[in-house]
Amino acid sequence: MSLSNKHLLGLQNVPKEDIQLILDTARTFREVLERPIKKVPTLQGKTIVNLFYENSTRTRISFELAQKRLSADTINFSTSTSSAKKGETFKDTVRNIEAMKVDMIVVRHQSAGVPQYLTRISNANIINAGDGLHEHPTQGLLDMYSIHERLGKLEGLNICIVGDIAHSRVALSNIFGLKTMGANVSVCGPATMIPLGIESLGIKIFSNVDDAIAKNDVLNVLRIQLERNAGTRIPSLREYHKYFGITSERIEKNNKEIVILHPGPINRGVELSSEVADGPYQVILDQVTNGVAVRMAVLYLLGTMH
Amino acid sequence: MKIILKQVTLLNPEQKLNEKNDLLIVDGIIKKIGNVKEEDFKESKIFEFENKICSPGFFDMHVHFREPGREDEETIESGSNAAAAGGFTGVACMPNTNPDIDSAEIVRFIKEKAKNHLVDVYPVGAATLARKGEALSPMYELFEAGAVAFSDDGVAIKNSGVLRNALEYSRHFGTPIIEHCEDESFSDGAMNEGLTSTMLGLQGIPNVAEDLIVMRDIIMSEFIGGKIHIAHISTKGAVEMVRQAKKRGAKVTAETTPHHFTLTDDSVKTYDTNYKMSPPLRSSEDVAAIIEGLSDGTIDCIASDHAPHAIEEKEMEFIFAPNGILGLETQLGLVLSELFHKKHLTLPQVVEKLAVNPRKILNIRIPDIKEGDAANLTIFDPNLIWTVDVSKFKSKAKNSPFDKRLMNGKAVAVINNSCMFFEDKFFSI
Repeated sequence: MSLSNKHLLGLQNVPKEDIQLILDTARTFREVLERPIKKVPTLQGKTIVNLFYENSTRTRISFELAQKRLSADTINFSTSTSSAKKGETFKDTVRNIEAMKVDMIVVRHQSAGVPQYLTRISNANIINAGDGLHEHPTQGLLDMYSIHERLGKLEGLNICIVGDIAHSRVALSNIFGLKTMGANVSVCGPATMIPLGIESLGIKIFSNVDDAIAKNDVLNVLRIQLERNAGTRIPSLREYHKYFGITSERIEKNNKEIVILHPGPINRGVELSSEVADGPYQVILDQVTNGVAVRMAVLYLLGTMH
Repeated sequence: MKIILKQVTLLNPEQKLNEKNDLLIVDGIIKKIGNVKEEDFKESKIFEFENKICSPGFFDMHVHFREPGREDEETIESGSNAAAAGGFTGVACMPNTNPDIDSAEIVRFIKEKAKNHLVDVYPVGAATLARKGEALSPMYELFEAGAVAFSDDGVAIKNSGVLRNALEYSRHFGTPIIEHCEDESFSDGAMNEGLTSTMLGLQGIPNVAEDLIVMRDIIMSEFIGGKIHIAHISTKGAVEMVRQAKKRGAKVTAETTPHHFTLTDDSVKTYDTNYKMSPPLRSSEDVAAIIEGLSDGTIDCIASDHAPHAIEEKEMEFIFAPNGILGLETQLGLVLSELFHKKHLTLPQVVEKLAVNPRKILNIRIPDIKEGDAANLTIFDPNLIWTVDVSKFKSKAKNSPFDKRLMNGKAVAVINNSCMFFEDKFFSI
């Protein structure tokens, strides 16, 4: 079994069989992570560059750990300034790195489309670790893995993404991936944070968070990203919490069976109350562990393709 | 020198001229239409132009020649060569150079650089100093030096009070204010706002960003009585507002670009930055409205918004790449392929949109095809099938989304200022 594409640019148009293969493979690696020696020799001799043009802590560490556990050689290239500002074009930077003979590039960038552009200028396998407001496919995959781990299935589940959908790459990857796997996906958030035309993808919109809790099996609660200018789309974090924050009272009133996901880092007291963030409904730290396993699966499947 | 354009179809709706005839041109002056004598044939260079159309020279009223400032991207000479190759004998160049065209010196500099070329270059002056939207530019001086219109192109005039003053002041010389209609509070987007921008994860620019300024400008123009010209109109709403304003008798005119009647925001899907421009490519509904506006006369003319950019600047991350594409050398091909062959415009309408109306808007004399007049002509073949090859462009830049596109219709020759461009060569006639 192998994947149908040598890159992972997003979950849009990724076939069900591919997603299933990644999730199944991740299950094996998840088991490896419980062993005393957490390392396998699978990608020995492969060189992977983590090309991060935007600040990231957990995604980069998660990828790096996954690479190390597969015995790949890894190099980190992190910068928060665009290459254009330094005078070197992005293309030149990539060409230079590729000239050092790398096999895979994991890329995060503030501009949507950069992973796709990389496939045109590089021969390496490209893995998108987040591009602008577009996609973050490994996050989508680890969310699906975590939901499946808790509820035993994806098909037929009602899953609502809550928060700033319009400015989230996590939302789109979740929407594409979950729909492919047969889940019913909805979104909930202030009207200023719901992207144009989303209904035409077959996505239901909840304008009331109590309804969203009552009518779903899973909530994937997004971070309110002040660094992405979220402040101009809501009056205040206080008001956001009052009308869209997930609290224990809301859960207990509406649906005690709900499963809460959050991609992190959490703004406690904004999108989640501390009680919920640490409580029985959430799988937030499981997501982090599963993230390493899912990324190992993606790297392994792409790195061993012929 | 004597030349004869043999059996060419002379087409000028302004003169109600549409006939096949021989045209004798001596030292750049039209000497005879028809009745060309045997001895003239013997002494002349003959051009067999049967099945070709000869109209007044085409005029592109919206180009960016990057001189002064970015001569690595385009100069007045290279831009003029591109214009001639695309079938144009005149252009109006926009003021967002470096420095801006906001002083008489820069107007004179451009006129001086453009001298002795087949293509006439008419500078558009900045409406405000450094196009900042604050203080009026020395419009009278710019006009006297040769500016034919005023614009803060790249942006709309920021402040409505300043727009009012610019419109009032420009009434002294009857020049239009050309407006790039975009409300800047929406301009942090990289493409049209819609389902496609959502799917691509790119911030969108909604149609209302354009509609709001078009509405403001029409209201202001009707209030003052000054002439407003809407540059590169791209939305259904804006077309309808211009249509209604014209019915009321407002002094408003409009242009659109070939990419806005040819492409939709769907093209952005590959994140190719050659599909990034301002205003952005819109929806198919907008494209249909623009074509309808061209057919019914709401949109007066077609202009390329020719915007050369260096390769390294355009080949960049999508959100960081600059706006704009080349236009001069693909414009006529797109007009003929997309509008004439698809029966949205007749050939006389094509000539109106490309030769007649831009000059009317800018108060530039429309060249007649008549004996005794200087020859200012475009000869084109509406049925010539060709493939775009950016590597052969006269323009210094290569940023065109139309490379390798098949076109039906092309300029064959242009004649102006006693000079002819034919088969890739300029020569005196």
